Amino acid sequence: MQPTISAKERMQISRQAMPEQDAHQRSGNFKEVNLGFSEQLALLEAQRCIQCKEAKCIKGCPVMVNIPRFIKFITEGDLAGAARSLFGDNALPSISGRVCPQEEQCEGSCIRGVKGQPVAIGYLERFIADWARTQSGVLDAATPVPSGKKVAVIGAGPAGLTAAGELVKQGHEVTIYEALHKPGGVLVYGIPEFRLPKKIVAAEVDRLTKAGVKIECNVVIGRTYTIPELRVQFDALFIANGAGLPVFMNVPGENLKGVYAANEYLTRVNLMEAYDLQNTNTPVLIGKRVAVIGGGNVAMDAVRTAKRLGAEQAMIVYRRTKEEMPARVEEVHHAEHEGVDFQLLVAPLEVLGDEKRWVTGLKCNRMELGEPDASGRRKPQVIPGSEFVLECDVVVVAIGTKANPLLTATCPELKLNKWGNIETDANGMTSIPGVFAGGDIVRGAATVILAMGDGKNAAKAINGYLAQA
Amino acid sequence: MHTILAKKQLSPNVTRLDLLAPRIAEIKQPGQFVIVRAKEGDERIPLTIADADPAQGTIALVIQAVGKATRDLVALEVCDAIRDVAGPLGHPTELITSGRALCVGGGVGTAVVHPIAKALHAMGVHVTSVIGGRSQEWVIFEEELAKCGDVIVCTDDGSYGRKGFVTDAAKEVLEAGGVDIAYAVGPVPMMRAVANLTRPFGVHTIVSLNPVMVDGTGMCGGCRVDIGGETKFACVDGPEFDGHKVDFDLLADRLATYREFEQRANACADGQCKIRR
Ligand SMILES: Cc1cc2nc3c(=O)[nH]c(=O)nc-3n(C[C@H](O)[C@H](O)[C@H](O)COP(=O)(O)OP(=O)(O)OC[C@H]3O[C@@H](n4cnc5c(N)ncnc54)[C@H](O)[C@@H]3O)c2cc1C
Ligand SMILES: Cc1cc2nc3c(=O)[nH]c(=O)nc-3n(C[C@H](O)[C@H](O)[C@H](O)COP(=O)(O)OP(=O)(O)OC[C@H]3O[C@@H](n4cnc5c(N)ncnc54)[C@H](O)[C@@H]3O)c2cc1C
Ligand code: SF4
Ligand code: SF4
Ligand code: FES
Repeated sequence: MQPTISAKERMQISRQAMPEQDAHQRSGNFKEVNLGFSEQLALLEAQRCIQCKEAKCIKGCPVMVNIPRFIKFITEGDLAGAARSLFGDNALPSISGRVCPQEEQCEGSCIRGVKGQPVAIGYLERFIADWARTQSGVLDAATPVPSGKKVAVIGAGPAGLTAAGELVKQGHEVTIYEALHKPGGVLVYGIPEFRLPKKIVAAEVDRLTKAGVKIECNVVIGRTYTIPELRVQFDALFIANGAGLPVFMNVPGENLKGVYAANEYLTRVNLMEAYDLQNTNTPVLIGKRVAVIGGGNVAMDAVRTAKRLGAEQAMIVYRRTKEEMPARVEEVHHAEHEGVDFQLLVAPLEVLGDEKRWVTGLKCNRMELGEPDASGRRKPQVIPGSEFVLECDVVVVAIGTKANPLLTATCPELKLNKWGNIETDANGMTSIPGVFAGGDIVRGAATVILAMGDGKNAAKAINGYLAQA
Repeated sequence: MHTILAKKQLSPNVTRLDLLAPRIAEIKQPGQFVIVRAKEGDERIPLTIADADPAQGTIALVIQAVGKATRDLVALEVCDAIRDVAGPLGHPTELITSGRALCVGGGVGTAVVHPIAKALHAMGVHVTSVIGGRSQEWVIFEEELAKCGDVIVCTDDGSYGRKGFVTDAAKEVLEAGGVDIAYAVGPVPMMRAVANLTRPFGVHTIVSLNPVMVDGTGMCGGCRVDIGGETKFACVDGPEFDGHKVDFDLLADRLATYREFEQRANACADGQCKIRR
């Protein structure tokens, strides 16, 4: 039991900073930037929470983590209690604690943020999850009674993994089919090591397989098996195959050598381990001047990767300003500290190349912000006569993804919206009874925690469906 | 794990591996491919399914050893296993059900043409295959193709069959008339030449493109090709396209993206260097 402190003392503690690798040093390696809280830091930070009765933070969390409850356990020094509380609400806290856009979600709603800094909920979540991973027994659950039902999950990203974890707890026999050779989805092929170490994803996957989830890699649904085929073999399905298809700008020069979609660039570096330059079998072009187009998390990951691969100049090319960037605030700050060059209010017109068709630059327009558009963001407009050339030898396009039709094309009964995303009802069920869907394939490019929330909700709905069936 | 049940050297640098992959063997169609990774840490590479035996649960891969990944694969022996085999990927070949087809295969492409010829033949299409290689020892799949129709073999040096390129023989077949469709698989210059050859004859021509691939599911965009001015992803939209619409210059150019890296990797495999980069 920790000594209790007064409300006034509580209010006087300021938000604890996340210890991190020195910016200069880390921009040359792929090790994790954030080092994690020590127990002392976690305790101090936990004491900042005033344990609101009507905790706004919970409403800000897409999976409704009972934040004051797990934080209270920390203040009491009961880390195992905190872990049990946290993991009960959120199957993958070591991941969400690292990658959630907390400033818009839980922390964005924290009452302490009204006058000052919100409680560092994400850092505390990560602390507890990392602690629990090194403890044996803390999270052991009783073996569930087999239900005799079989459920197939398509895609081993955060949505699929979460659903599988919840379903196996109910005693169902769960098989995940994953197209790539390794489970994790964007967590392993997209988000880089320096933000989310792959061993953490592997440990979470391990926990699932130990709990009885079967994972079959190299199975491409829509090719190896179709949805109708699986429907016959399983009592219910959960489709979580992510967004997929990269979007290009459709400007001249986009097929020159040296132009990557962010998905390819990051997959080569992360999944195929090209960051290990000495030992990799999968090559990636090392640019001297790398231009990354976009302002989201994907763009930040790509530009910081370019820096670490040795780019002398790693640039973000974004047509609005920093304020409009959809990336997590922490990532933008980290990128700035690491020396990333921000070319703001700049829009590419054309990729330029030499006679051998290698990229030499980007022809761009300068922009200014006009009236707010439908999304409420001020619309960028071209400044006439502002054309200029940005020299670069590698271009990474990170302007978004769209629904991958590979799976849906082989199952015409599946109702899609006009963007090709799968339509679901409030329970996450698709137009085919017993077939559920969630994550990016339903929402379009969204977030890890929303995908996990979908997985959790769908598992609940599947449970209900199977109980009736 | 996919155990190798048979291995056979077909030509000085082409090897056939028959490996266990029951599901793929059961459902694969002509023109489809798999993505293979021999062991942990290896590159993912696409290879066409050259044949399949659903009863045995095996598929055949015919591999030309050109670089590190393919050399590592052909170094495997019977009873060794391949770690990852994903598929069958890509669209099945567009087939005709009657009439005459010209199938042109160059080098390892001959192995890719074979399942197409076999399927055409099974439907009653008259198949003429024109295949070639540098010299006799480089000619592959002649026997198998002979079971599917006529075969014309060409060698550059005239050591076997006719002397000359496959395009010369293909031209004569086209001139003789009656060809309804042509299929061409081989090196980029060969596919380009065949497409140029069939154009004046107005014969629909299908080519199988071999851009660099990573995932094979449409996720990375690395395999993009230009078909009639439109960007397509070969792994999901292809790999076979209308040869008269393909921008072969772009394909050849993009295939050269990693040439330096590949040369280094090859030199390393030959023991000529210690550092990769
Ligand atoms: C580079 C990058 C950085 C990001 N950073 C953040 C961040 O910091 N915070 C955040 O909250 N979100 C972030 N996101 C978004 C987030 O990763 C996604 O919203 C989330 O991963 C979606 O989860 P999912 O389970 O729906 O799909 P995915 O993670 O895309 O997983 C889908 C899985 O299904 C597999 N699959 C696809 N097709 C098939 C098929 N036909 N058969 C079998 N398997 C198939 C795929 O291989 C993949 O493993 C980022 C995304 C990217 C690309
Ligand atoms: C749909 C498809 C089907 C194919 N079928 C066959 C086949 O049946 N038999 C066969 O021998 N070859 C086939 N190939 C080509 C084969 O994939 C490449 O030869 C192989 O990837 C080369 O790898 P490497 O490391 O041995 O050589 P490298 O030294 O890496 O490269 C040699 C050549 O192969 C190209 N290449 C390299 N990596 C890839 C990659 N990941 N994807 C595609 N091309 C690449 C390079 O641009 C270069 O021209 C096919 C390719 C495609 C796209
Ligand atoms: S899951 Fe994400 S949003 Fe919810 S409490 Fe944790 S960090 Fe905050
Ligand atoms: S809103 Fe902030 S202070 Fe209140 S319970 Fe949540 S974390 Fe604690
Ligand atoms: S190989 Fe990645 S999209 Fe085709």
